[in-house]
Formats: sequence, C-alpha cells, structure tokens
Amino acid sequence: MNCEEATKLMDGYLDGELDPLSNQKIEQHLQDCPECDRAYEAHRALIHTIGSATPYYKAPVELRERIQSSLREEIAERPLRNVARAARSLILRGPQTVPSGIPWNWLALAAAIIFAAIITLNLVPRLQRPGNDQFLATQLIASHVRSLMANHLTDVASSDQHTVKPWLDAKLDFAPAVADLSSEGFPLIGGRLDYLNNRTVAALVYQRRKHFINLFVWPAAPDATGTPKTITRQGYQLLHWTDSDFNYWAVSDVNDKDLQAFKQLFEERIARH
Amino acid sequence: MALLLKEEHASETEDFESTAKIVKFVVVKKREEEHAQPAELTSFEEVMLPHLDAAHNLARWLLRNEQDAQDVVQEAYLRAFKSFSGFHGSNGRAWLLTIVRNTSYTLLKKNRAVDLTTTFDEEIHAPGYESVSPATILEHSEDAELIREAMDELPAEFREILTLRHQEGLSYKEIADIAQIPPGTVMSRLARARAKLKEYLAARIGKEK
Repeated sequence: MNCEEATKLMDGYLDGELDPLSNQKIEQHLQDCPECDRAYEAHRALIHTIGSATPYYKAPVELRERIQSSLREEIAERPLRNVARAARSLILRGPQTVPSGIPWNWLALAAAIIFAAIITLNLVPRLQRPGNDQFLATQLIASHVRSLMANHLTDVASSDQHTVKPWLDAKLDFAPAVADLSSEGFPLIGGRLDYLNNRTVAALVYQRRKHFINLFVWPAAPDATGTPKTITRQGYQLLHWTDSDFNYWAVSDVNDKDLQAFKQLFEERIARH
Repeated sequence: MALLLKEEHASETEDFESTAKIVKFVVVKKREEEHAQPAELTSFEEVMLPHLDAAHNLARWLLRNEQDAQDVVQEAYLRAFKSFSGFHGSNGRAWLLTIVRNTSYTLLKKNRAVDLTTTFDEEIHAPGYESVSPATILEHSEDAELIREAMDELPAEFREILTLRHQEGLSYKEIADIAQIPPGTVMSRLARARAKLKEYLAARIGKEK
C-alpha cells in the first residue's frame, strides 16, 4: 500500500469500517511511514474532539407531548375515515346493483374470467419459477459486492469456527453449520448477518487465494428440491444446493470448478460433524 | 370490576367515606380508558419514542431552525405510525431517521431550494486560513459555538453524514441506508465532509486572529 491509498482509506480505518485485509495493510503502512502515521494521528485527534464537541440538540419536552397527542388524534379519526370510505363505496356500488337485464354483461364477465385464467395459467408459472431465482440471484450478487466494498465483509472476523458459530447462533433463529476449510485452501475469514429473500440470513465468508466466497445460509422450506443449481451472472458464479435443513447459496468470482470443490469440501466436513 | 363499582355505589350512602371512594372511582375509570388505547399505538411508542432525541437532532442540523425541526419531527412520527405495520426490522432508529431525513429534504426543497446546492462562501476562501496549523485547529476544536457555525455552513449532505456518524455513531451500512447512497460512497463522502469542516474551522480561526 502506498501513501495515496492509505490516505484514501484513512477515514474508513479511523471508523473501524475496513475489511480485515485492508485494515491489516493500512496498519502495516502506518508502521512503515512516519509521515502518514503523523497525519493519521492528527486527523484522529481532531475528528474525535470535533465529534464530542458538536452540540447535540435534544428534543424539548413539548415536542414529545405534541407527538403523542397528534398520534392519538390520528387514532381517533380512523373509525370516522373508515365509515366515510364504506359510505363512499356503497354509493359508488349503488347503480351497479340495479338489475340491468342485459345478457352481454354476463358474457363479458365470463369472457373476462376465462381470459384471466388463460393469462394466469400460461404466464404466472413462467414468470415465477425462473423469475424468483433471477431475482434472488440479483440480491445475492448485490450482497456479495456490497460486502467487498471495503467496509462490511464480516461482523465477526475469525478463522475459528468455534467463534463464528456461537456468534451467529446468538443472532439468528437457526443454527447454521460452520466449518473451517483452511487445510483444503478455503480459509474461513468470518461471519456476517445479511438480509435476503425477506429474512435474516447467515453469511459465512471464505477466502480462495485472493478471492472471497460468500456462503449464504438459511433454513430450507420443507418441500425444497435437492438438485444443485449453477448460475453465472456479471462474471460471478452462484452455486445453490440444499440439505435436509438448509438452503445454501455460494457467491464468488472464483471459477466454477473451485466453487464446486468448495461445495463438496463443505458438505463432507459438515457431514462428519 | 363489577364488584368494585357495586361497592362504590353502596358507599355513597355512607357519608363519612364517600369522598374517598369517589376519588378512587375516577382513578379506576381513567385507567380503563388508558387500557383502551390500541396495542398498535403502544408498541409504536415503545419502539419509536426512545429515538426522539436522535430524530430531533438530525432534523435540527438539517434544517438549522428549531421550529422547522419540530414540525418535521412531528410529521415524520405521524408518517412512521401510518406505515408502522410495514416495519418488521430490528433497527427502529435507522428506520425512523430515514423518514425524518426524507421529510426534512421535502421541506428543504420546498422552502429553500438554494440550501441544497453546495454553496461556497467567498469569505471562507479569503487568504489567511492556510497559515492555521492542525495544532491550532485542535486547540479551538472544543469550542462548541465555533463548530456549530462551521457545521451550519456545510451543505446539507455533509451536515447529515457528520451527524449520523459522529453523534449517532451509526455504521457505514446504516448511513448508506438512511442517506440512500451506495455503501461504497459513505467513506469518501465522510472524508470530504470532514476535510471541508476542518477547512471552515481553520477559516474561522484565521479570521478571529
């Protein structure tokens, strides 16, 4: 790391928001470069003082009271509004309930129902099945990329599965298996919480040479299918598989072969436990 | 409850105790009304009212005006309550601050469009401030009034990010969510905001001397 890079990452380092790797690099640079170290110390002292001396505007008591009474007014008005809405819909529906006696009305209705049924039967399965996966794939890649943006790779940084697992267990409503695969060339870097598919999921972070693998884990639906699936998108590899308990999605920029090997090693290891 | 009411009715015929019993009756009635408050409101207030100071502080820094800040916070709480059924997350503060922030910007855009454009004060760039050393800035940086003036001169996006990081201690990810910017932008914007604040402080100190 040179001085320019160190200056760029200095604020992230100061805020403790760098990934472990960049953190290590900048620390090394500050040890080697007295000039950057001085600049960092001055920056840190100033930011710290400014932070604590900036006035904090607490809410006045009247504001709390104002809010509480406006919320109660809102609640009190609700039934009135519901009545108004019901009345309005009654008036609007009024003329339609008058028997018209025109048969084409019923024909039109029947045609509309058939039409809707055709659309539903043809379109919805086509939209839903691959669409779901594609949408999830987009979310997974976004999470993966976000995690690498020099700020939030891990919540708990440890290569020890016995540190990562209890940390995740305490934060989640399920207990994912965690295995360190250092000896096989996929060291565990840490774990993280993420939000995907409308739920909180565990993200295990592994390294493969200079690349990172995010392994997202959440409980599988009871009727989940077992066939593994590969998706390639924007240069990223996604590999999906399930076991009796969990859904796994591995996302990385390593090649497909490495990712398959990773899956196999991971499955072998957790099966042994 | 029925038993209690009955007793109270009976007591009205007993002169020497009636006053005390009537008082008790009123208290019981009032408590009953409080219980009638919808559970939704109770849980909303439990989750969101603890963040009132944070909400007010952010609005105050964004709007730089106490009356506007209070109006915006009240409006934001009402909006939050209306969409509370859609809130399933665990981070109530970040969720509320997002609403406060959006409501503040709506007002800023409506009332003072000029505020949102980054303005550069010519005076600030007057000669002299380059000569102020970091040590001198540090000496003055405990002066709350000086910092307030310098902060107020910053563009809204800088005031916002400094408040969220320095005063609320939020993570980059939370800041990205609230300010609706990519997480990768948080660090660079924060660095620019801090540099600008330093510069404005130096300018003020330079002028004072």
